[in-house]
Amino acid sequence: MSKLRKIFATDSYIVPLVAIVMGFLVGAIVMLVGGYDPIAAYSALFKRVFGSPYDFGEAIREMTPLMFTGLAVAFAFRSGMFNIGADGQVLIGMTAASVVGIKFAGALPNFVLVPLAVIIAGVCGGLWAGIAGYLKAKRGINEVITTIMLNWVALFLSNYIVRSFLLLQGQNRSEDIPASLSMTFLNSVFDNARLHWGTAIALAAAVFFYVYLWKTKQGYEMRAVGLNPHAAEYAGMNVGRNVIKAMFISGVFAGLAGAGEVLGVFHYQSVFAASPGYGFDGIAVALLGLTHPLGVILAAILYGTLTYGSAGMSFGADVPPELIRIVIGSIIFFIAAQGIVRWVLKPFYFKRKKEKVL
Amino acid sequence: MSAAAPVVELKQITKRFPGIVANDSISLTLEKGEIHALLGENGAGKSTLMNIVFGLYQPDEGSIEIGGKPVIIDNPNKAIELGIGMVHQHFKLVEPFTVTENIVLGMEPKKGLKIDYKSAAEQVRKLSEQYGLQVNPNAKIHDISVGMQQRVEIMKTLYRGADILIFDEPTAVLTPQEITELMAIMKRLVAEGKSIILITHKLKEIMEISDRVTIIRRGKVIDTVKTAGTNPNELAEKMVGRGVTFKVDKQNPHIGSSVLKLTNVSSKSKEGVAVLNGLSFEVKAGEILGIAGVDGNGQSELIQAITGLRKIDSGSITVSGKEIANLSPRKVSEMNVSHIPEDRHKHGLVLDFTVSENMVLETYYKSPYNQNGFLNKEIIDQHAEDLVKQFDVRTPSIENKARSLSGGNQQKAIIAREIDKNPTLLIAAQPTRGLDVGAIEFVQKQLIAQRDQGKAVLLISFELDEIMNVSDRIAVIYEGQIVGEVFPQDTNDQELGLMMAGSLKRGGHADV
Repeated sequence: MSKLRKIFATDSYIVPLVAIVMGFLVGAIVMLVGGYDPIAAYSALFKRVFGSPYDFGEAIREMTPLMFTGLAVAFAFRSGMFNIGADGQVLIGMTAASVVGIKFAGALPNFVLVPLAVIIAGVCGGLWAGIAGYLKAKRGINEVITTIMLNWVALFLSNYIVRSFLLLQGQNRSEDIPASLSMTFLNSVFDNARLHWGTAIALAAAVFFYVYLWKTKQGYEMRAVGLNPHAAEYAGMNVGRNVIKAMFISGVFAGLAGAGEVLGVFHYQSVFAASPGYGFDGIAVALLGLTHPLGVILAAILYGTLTYGSAGMSFGADVPPELIRIVIGSIIFFIAAQGIVRWVLKPFYFKRKKEKVL
Repeated sequence: MSAAAPVVELKQITKRFPGIVANDSISLTLEKGEIHALLGENGAGKSTLMNIVFGLYQPDEGSIEIGGKPVIIDNPNKAIELGIGMVHQHFKLVEPFTVTENIVLGMEPKKGLKIDYKSAAEQVRKLSEQYGLQVNPNAKIHDISVGMQQRVEIMKTLYRGADILIFDEPTAVLTPQEITELMAIMKRLVAEGKSIILITHKLKEIMEISDRVTIIRRGKVIDTVKTAGTNPNELAEKMVGRGVTFKVDKQNPHIGSSVLKLTNVSSKSKEGVAVLNGLSFEVKAGEILGIAGVDGNGQSELIQAITGLRKIDSGSITVSGKEIANLSPRKVSEMNVSHIPEDRHKHGLVLDFTVSENMVLETYYKSPYNQNGFLNKEIIDQHAEDLVKQFDVRTPSIENKARSLSGGNQQKAIIAREIDKNPTLLIAAQPTRGLDVGAIEFVQKQLIAQRDQGKAVLLISFELDEIMNVSDRIAVIYEGQIVGEVFPQDTNDQELGLMMAGSLKRGGHADV
């Protein structure tokens, strides 16, 4: 209880909240300038998300991969690295899940097949990210560069695998995947929205993130390496091993996002013309969530709500859905440029500080 | 004082930062042709004041007069225009450029569109003759000595027409010989009509060169005195606010068996340059061996080699008879070797960890802190509470980040952690760098206490006074070799200075 109070006593949550409000305001101003009605637009947005059980379920579906990739980017960040490659790791996870889900379909019962596909997807995503970790640890190559390059390798490698081994005759996609993560028992409640177990796994991943990083010996090492690799080395920690391990775990999160998408949502894997972009949205989510697992989950919920609801804006209020990108962009801008938010808050702020002193 | 208006007059300068008053209504006058020393502990407000004079900060209250006219200095260019020049502690030079290029940088003489290097070199030569500043106008900065780099900094200010020079801790990086040269240069400058403000906390230099001293403590002027009418003890007392003993109290050492032994240790840098060059020495239980030397002669590499952070190419390093060369840092640490690193921010602490987390930086993986992979926060916190109390680390709580502590308290935290490991060998690299007199006293006492408990202590320091006062034996390092071993009672600053500069070898090992 006292811990909860402590969280709310600090200002760490105020800045993002104010940033979100300011982001919406900027969006509203742009709409006004463009001759649209912001109130109608925003209410259409929220009506779209919360209006029907189906849409609500689909919004949750939209949030799930963002939770995973947000956690992936945040975890690497806490260990001192910038994982731009979550996108590629998602693709590798997808492909691994598809291969296992299709090729072992007859041989294994479903209750073995599905967990196996999920685990292998995570491990493959982890290994893929681990390549960048290894190159950084052993060769000193900046992970930003390697992860971006690996995104492209992942895109074409997974397309190659789908085309060569999994292709559905005459189509530009894989065969259907019999292994399913769908929560079919919720179909009646959510009107057949594509809900799947990935959401639960994402929430569990967030809990793991928190416990691992802040409660365990390995997490302590990883944070030390992230905050000051030199001091970590002087204190006898193996910096290289921690870099590789952190990238691996980050990649596992991203890989799981891929498993959720192919096993839970689409039930097949497309041949992608371009990168699907989950990983890049994950960077925004991680920043929005201040790289804290709880923050990342909340940020993914917000981001998913806005993205999914933006379609409603165009139907309901005739506002171009792209406008929501301005809102999201402004929110991230205000969070990154915290000085502006603090400046806005200044009058309140000083009062509070003074009270504290008294 | 003379009847003419002072060259600089600061009137009631006040500067506040969130939470502190860095300068509290400070007044100060600088007369023409005077060397005025500004003395104070770290954080006393000296640098803030000089940054105000140089236009980097704006005062909240008060005014500045230059030559009797009130001025507002809102950026460094304005300061330069007014004839103020600053010689920074950390040189601001472009390393691959030549001396001349650095001096004229930003104010190059031009011939059409081209830079007129001939006339630039000529001007540099003239300046160098006028003020007796020996520089080689065509040498590149990275090829010349630290002392010469400093002369380039001085010439940069002169080239820009400075009449008022501010020296910020100018002797911190110099050898004793270079310090003597700098003193001569400063005297020459004032003889040529310049005025100098000298920021320092070294009393010896103040006594030797300054005309007047202003002592600042906690942002306030304590006193301004004529140097001729004071003495180091009085100055120190005013600076710290209490009596200070300069002599370190210590009993004769009870020297035991050999603990650390290096034999012919050699190591190369990435570029293939030998940074340790067949280096040998020994530290015994119950003694403090001081390594004296000018920065960059292999001290850092020596520590890295012992603590496992650097691979050595040949030779042997033993602790209590066991070979530790090329073991991992953790293995070395488990041989009961403690290390107070040179750079406490970079190597000693994780600044964004709490004090409590920092206290277990090397032992977190051991029981009782680590239980089956999970950290036991209660035990870790209890441990931190104990150390904070025992070593008087001033922090609001153990949950505060190490970043929020003052330098002295950060160092205390590191020392607490390292001594708590109960080492047989304690390595202290520059343990008092940047600390004020009070904290220095504390650190040195702790080192001596460890030695009295029969620990072997290896002290690496660039401060000759520290080496002379604390060590039981002194080894001088020069270009990766030990060039001499002496006892502090048998030597003096001059002799050590010559050895540090590589022009004298003496004593100890026959094999050096």
